[in-house]
Amino acid sequence: MSNQPRSPSRRGFLRQSLAIAPAVGLLGTSAFAPTQHATAAAQPSAYAPRYFTAPEWEFLQAAVDRLIPANEDGPGALEAGVPEFIDREMEAAYGHGGFWYMQGPFVPDTPSTLGYQLRFTPRDLYRTAIAAIDDWCRKQHDKDFPALAPEVRDEVLHQLEKGGITLEQVPAATFFAQLLQNTKEGYFADPMYGGNRQMGGWKMIGFPGARADYADWIEQPGKVYPLGPVSIRGERQS
Amino acid sequence: MIRMKPVDVVIVGFGWTGAIMGMELSEAGVEVLALERGNYQDTSPDWAYPGIADELAYGIRGKLFQPLARETITIRHAVSDTAVPYRQYGSFLLGNNVGGAGTHWNGQHYRPSPEDLEFRSHIAKRYGEKFMPADMQIQDYGVGYDELEPFLDQFEYVCGTSGRAGNLNGAIQQGGNPFEGVRKRAYPNPPVADTQGARLFADAARALGHQPFPQPASNASQPYTNPYGARLGPCNLCGYCERFGCYMYAKATPQTTILPVLMRRKNFTLRTGSHVTRINLDAGGKRATGVTYVDAQGKEIEQPAELVIVAAFQMHNVRLMLLSGIGKPYDPATGAGVIGKNYAYQMMSSIGLFFDKDTAINPFIGAGAGGSQIVDDFNSDHFDHGPLGFIGGGYIIGGQTGGRPIQQLAVPPGTPAWGAAWKRAAKDSYLHTTFVGTHGSVMAYRDRYLDLDPTYKDAFGQPLLRITFDWHDNEYKMTRYLTERAQEIVARMKPRTTSQTLRKPGDHYDTRQYQTTHTTGGVIQGNDPATSALNRFQQSWDVPNVFVTGASAFPQNLGYNPTGLIGGLTYWSAKAIRETYLKHPGPLVQT
Ligand SMILES: Cc1cc2nc3c(=O)[nH]c(=O)nc-3n(C[C@H](O)[C@H](O)[C@H](O)COP(=O)(O)OP(=O)(O)OC[C@H]3O[C@@H](n4cnc5c(N)ncnc54)[C@H](O)[C@@H]3O)c2cc1C
Repeated sequence: MSNQPRSPSRRGFLRQSLAIAPAVGLLGTSAFAPTQHATAAAQPSAYAPRYFTAPEWEFLQAAVDRLIPANEDGPGALEAGVPEFIDREMEAAYGHGGFWYMQGPFVPDTPSTLGYQLRFTPRDLYRTAIAAIDDWCRKQHDKDFPALAPEVRDEVLHQLEKGGITLEQVPAATFFAQLLQNTKEGYFADPMYGGNRQMGGWKMIGFPGARADYADWIEQPGKVYPLGPVSIRGERQS
Repeated sequence: MIRMKPVDVVIVGFGWTGAIMGMELSEAGVEVLALERGNYQDTSPDWAYPGIADELAYGIRGKLFQPLARETITIRHAVSDTAVPYRQYGSFLLGNNVGGAGTHWNGQHYRPSPEDLEFRSHIAKRYGEKFMPADMQIQDYGVGYDELEPFLDQFEYVCGTSGRAGNLNGAIQQGGNPFEGVRKRAYPNPPVADTQGARLFADAARALGHQPFPQPASNASQPYTNPYGARLGPCNLCGYCERFGCYMYAKATPQTTILPVLMRRKNFTLRTGSHVTRINLDAGGKRATGVTYVDAQGKEIEQPAELVIVAAFQMHNVRLMLLSGIGKPYDPATGAGVIGKNYAYQMMSSIGLFFDKDTAINPFIGAGAGGSQIVDDFNSDHFDHGPLGFIGGGYIIGGQTGGRPIQQLAVPPGTPAWGAAWKRAAKDSYLHTTFVGTHGSVMAYRDRYLDLDPTYKDAFGQPLLRITFDWHDNEYKMTRYLTERAQEIVARMKPRTTSQTLRKPGDHYDTRQYQTTHTTGGVIQGNDPATSALNRFQQSWDVPNVFVTGASAFPQNLGYNPTGLIGGLTYWSAKAIRETYLKHPGPLVQT
């Protein structure tokens, strides 16, 4: 490690970012069509999952579609690309449990206040739980989860949430909590991760995304902020 | 084992306190080496815009945090329980890499109240010894507010803290905190402008007769050059602060305040990728000979040094002392021993305020510290505890630190967690929600402590640190009292509806909910080697060429955020080392 600080001048940095920002404005969103094609504009089914198997992929779509349904308030989880987001996370360090301490011994019946104590990484948790839920649905309803009517899927999800269903190997509520958390992540994370297509999640609530510059709004609290979101890659929505 | 060239001073960990020590001790002309387990990082390129505005990577996955896969701690609620690992981040977040948690802190920058530093004596004098429950073992710091004032001031001027003085040389100042100890000069910068949530809060608090003031913020309100010559930029309330590096050079971090100058010094060296596993002692066990660390390739290396500064963050400091066999480990059965003693935390409550659509809160306009307002009337011993039957308190805060939607979006109580109803509530509430919180102290108790876990190990095969902690009645009473005061203010703000998080008797410490990273104790300072690990200069009683910096020195936890006091104590200790210890190495306090 050399003793030379690496930071270049702040002014140089600001000049650079100023030069980039207006360019985005001038070109408008259409200039980003190539990037959008891969993520934002694609149909929900166009993405080929890399981690999930075909039945798991169907489960995931059928579940997130109920967690954040499509309606007039804003995009549903499918439109927003949430399944793609989750699939990509499963292949990232996160999915492999890379951010968690995963050494044993494991004591799964610890009080819940002491946090997650299962030996499953996120990708293992999905795989084990989805199989168990489909199995349970076949026993109760003669169909896999994705084949159930929307109201029945809602009911199953409510039961999982409450821990009202006993699954082999996984506590239902733990899996549900993880699924819901990842679904909201996919709905609200920057679109470069595959979800939040066209910043639909941000637009629905009014979050300006990566703008991160309110110098001129600090002195006018209480006024409605007028600008739509931008993403880290510079896509814009009004 | 490889043996490196000896140095005068080795610093273990290069976060806030490591950087301060590096700066102050290299100034004295000695050869200083800092060992940091993580990587080098700086404002640019590591936190440059727009890459830093990434809630998932930084706020949720914790790109800047200590990787728990390599090392964590274990937790249990009671001495008779079995501890389990803290496998995922929840209640507190640990720092890593150059700058430590000092890079992704909020910048809420407080001084202690004068009575906080002599808490046991103060409580005994005002309310009598019997006012303290038998198992509560609170203590004095061994250094008083007036002695410490110049060093608290020094740290504020290094950080460019923005705020309004409340007590200048004994004269109470309009618009500042009337409860603060005497300060000799004003904050270096004026307060950051209020967010809308803070304005509504302050108006309501004033109407109730409280004296709200802008939260002291180490988020600079204007361009500022600190006494070292380092330059900070103005905060633009971007909303990506706590858990993130600051792309604006506005938040005080080691990178913005110290490193631009320190990294150029010839007698200072930083070695990253160096994970210290123990402090080495000579055969008599009364003198440290240096440290052992594992480098990035996994090689074990011995680094001899005349003086060892342990600056690895509160929990890691305690663990290193235990792993190295310095000082007697604390025993909760007998109350004897000092290392691991008096672990404490903080107790928070929070109220979400949901307004109608004509109230534009714009929650994304926020800063980690700036832009919030504070009521300090119920902190420390600012009010009569006699009839209330508890010790301690906290401040009430109103405002917003950002509106990042994965973590900070809230919906009114009674809303389902998912489905169409959740979606509608998220859409309707987001722009019209703000928060009021209470930030409270936790006392020290005989059965709350730290030791080494008998079962779980880190990536190097060393035992993890074990926390034994749960809430006590005193804290439930404290938090209820504070939250009721907060509710009075909230009612005046006239929200449409509110939600509340309050810890009640019977609720166990829940490691899944983020509370604060203000963990304290374990290597506490004081006046008596029988009850403290360090003397008033943060020097080990047992091994005088070891000094330990950080919140591990706090005998119990205050209602304020700790870093203002941590920085002040580090400067106080550095001065004693420079002016006395380096000339006459040995104990700075005779026993
Ligand atoms: C999200 C967050 C928000 C916070 N907000 C506030 C706030 O608003 N106000 C406030 O007062 N405080 C706040 N804090 C707390 C504040 O960050 C700490 O009090 C402060 O950083 C402590 O300084 P330190 O030097 O003791 O430790 P740190 O700054 O954490 O530095 C410790 C360094 O030691 C290194 N290290 C650890 N172990 C080893 C080892 N074995 N070998 C080599 N290196 C090692 C670490 O990698 C790290 O770089 C916050 C903390 C967090 C995480």
